[in-house]
Amino acid sequence: MLDQAYYDKADEIIGQYGTESRWLIPIIQDVQTEYRYLPPELLSYIAAKLNITEAKAYSVATFYENFSFEQKGKYVIKVCDGTACHVRKSTGILERLYKELGLEKGKHTTDDMMFTVETVSCLGACGLAPVLTVNDEVHAAMTPDKVTELIKELRGEG
Amino acid sequence: MDYMTIDGRCVPIEGEKNILAVIRKAGIDLPTFCYHSELSVYGACRMCVVEDDRGRIFASCSEQPRAGMVIKTNSTKIRKYRKLIIELLLASHCRDCTVCTRNGNCELQNIAFKVGIHSVRFPNNREQVPIDISSPSIVRDPNKCILCGDCVRTCDEIQAVGAIDFAHRGSKMEVTPAFGKELAETDCVGCGQCVVACPTGAISVRTNVTDVWQAIEDPNIRVVAQIAPAVRLAVGDKFGFPKGTNTMGKLVAALRVMGFDKVYDTNFAADLTVVEESKEFAKRLEKNENLPLFTSCCPGWVKFCETKYPDFAGNISTCRSPQGMFSAVVKEYFAKQDAEDGKKTFVVSIMPCTAKKGEIERPDNFTDGRQDTDKVLTTVEIIRMIRQAGIKFDEIESEAPDMPFGIASGAASIFGVTGGVTEAVLRHVSAQKGHQVISQLSFSGVRGDEGIKETSVMLGDREVKIAVVNGLGNADKLLKAIKAGEAHYDFVEVMACRRGCIAGGGQPLPIGPRTRASRAEGIYAVDRESLIRFTEDNPLLNQTYQDVIAGKEHKLLHRSGH
Repeated sequence: MLDQAYYDKADEIIGQYGTESRWLIPIIQDVQTEYRYLPPELLSYIAAKLNITEAKAYSVATFYENFSFEQKGKYVIKVCDGTACHVRKSTGILERLYKELGLEKGKHTTDDMMFTVETVSCLGACGLAPVLTVNDEVHAAMTPDKVTELIKELRGEG
Repeated sequence: MDYMTIDGRCVPIEGEKNILAVIRKAGIDLPTFCYHSELSVYGACRMCVVEDDRGRIFASCSEQPRAGMVIKTNSTKIRKYRKLIIELLLASHCRDCTVCTRNGNCELQNIAFKVGIHSVRFPNNREQVPIDISSPSIVRDPNKCILCGDCVRTCDEIQAVGAIDFAHRGSKMEVTPAFGKELAETDCVGCGQCVVACPTGAISVRTNVTDVWQAIEDPNIRVVAQIAPAVRLAVGDKFGFPKGTNTMGKLVAALRVMGFDKVYDTNFAADLTVVEESKEFAKRLEKNENLPLFTSCCPGWVKFCETKYPDFAGNISTCRSPQGMFSAVVKEYFAKQDAEDGKKTFVVSIMPCTAKKGEIERPDNFTDGRQDTDKVLTTVEIIRMIRQAGIKFDEIESEAPDMPFGIASGAASIFGVTGGVTEAVLRHVSAQKGHQVISQLSFSGVRGDEGIKETSVMLGDREVKIAVVNGLGNADKLLKAIKAGEAHYDFVEVMACRRGCIAGGGQPLPIGPRTRASRAEGIYAVDRESLIRFTEDNPLLNQTYQDVIAGKEHKLLHRSGH
């Protein structure tokens, strides 16, 4: 069960849009912006308010890669695996990140809630490939060693 | 009139909404998984693809017919296309066909055979997921799902329940309740209409066949069967009888051969329901409270109302369903004899319904903490048992059910079709009797397959307003209107399934509009041919009230806690 404050926030966001079903996506986008993830309890709560079945709301939220039901770390690292980054060896970057942070496929966030690693299909910065972002700050022309440096820096050890 | 050309032949366009309907009218049976005339068009299965004169390939279900169109339904290109789709569907399908409940009655099997698939070139890369057996009514095996979405749209559009939907996308797409929950944790009412819609074995009925065989073989158990009104019209479907044929006599005989100790008729309990519900209605009318009275025969509807409209739970009749009344009365009837013989009475109800499997587990249907109905078998399951026993159903001589719960009025027999409960109650409360009254009531607007029917009758000097609803989606509409104060009724009958129990989730497939019409006609024929048309004329009813029920009306015939 979430804290009451979460439901109050959801009510506030719903109040800004309305309770028609078409507002589902904008509402859950704002919720995700607020909490940096979409708490499942809130999705069910919002669905009920908008008179949408829970299954339908879940269907919408899982259709878009953007929505996450898991809480994210302090630093969200998005590794681009689009065509340009992929041919310039983004796989090695991802592997190094996983190794440095003790993550694997299916486990995206470190236990200390510091880092979340995601892959994205294109960041629109192909000229800087291979590229990754840390909380929307772009890091261009990455190499595995630069990744190690970056993590050290973010941990405050650098 | 506009015309289009299909496979070189000229076909008129007569207001069809899509090309597929024109093609089928022209006598070509294009295969489809996701197209149902009563659901929204989804266009996902791509089975109904056709080719136009420019070589463009498109799905005919989701394209409007236009004058002068030239299309081909059968070309090398289309055949290849269709075969590839089926091959890909089969590749990621759990192909244990020989042990599947839908073996021999599976749309995927049929269509794969029709289009001529002889091998599947691709390996199955789909991750195996567990089967969901949490619901007492329905089993979900996602490994057999072909993502046609028929169940999703049925649950949402026809039933307004929406317990399941698609989740994720691409190769990870699946049909599931929200957050991967089990069906039992959702608002699923167990109506089984998803089973009816499913072209494969991905959604099926939770079966109790083994439990019943075990009980039959136990010499210390008295196995008593009750047969619901809608079962007798459907069981013959799978034994070569025309749809809607009443094979009650054969079913009774078959059950005796299989080893049931007593075979009774649920219709008898429907007569009890008529008496009890009429009394309750009269009382509520007099006090003018808890109106409209909602019928309680349909467990799918009862659960729907309780979960989605809890404010109206008090309007639901306190009467048990006929199944519930029957089992309570039978257990009471045999109580003394059970003690003398050292036996245990085990009630098996044979129902057209999957939600009945859930109803028997509800504590408010128990008598003194005891579950009255032990197991529910759907029509499909009893067909399976008849086959297992090797009984030649078409040849077996008809027999009559056992006494004293084997005689029922014609009014009781129409419980299996939408409007039947209302018509039976109206017959009972009508001051005048005789054939003219029956005829008048049959034309009063309670019959027919419209989703919501309204009528009114005079009871004494009061005009009683009645609504008869089938399909939970229609019930949802009606409840919204009542809640908003836009509609006022005194009596509302709801059956969760389209056209009532005759199209229940446990009935043999396929079930479409024509099947429903034949079965409804069959049920009205049972009524017409009955020697007793009015509930109060059932000679065994008063006797049972005196001998078994006296003083225990509330305990045996009503839900506890009310």
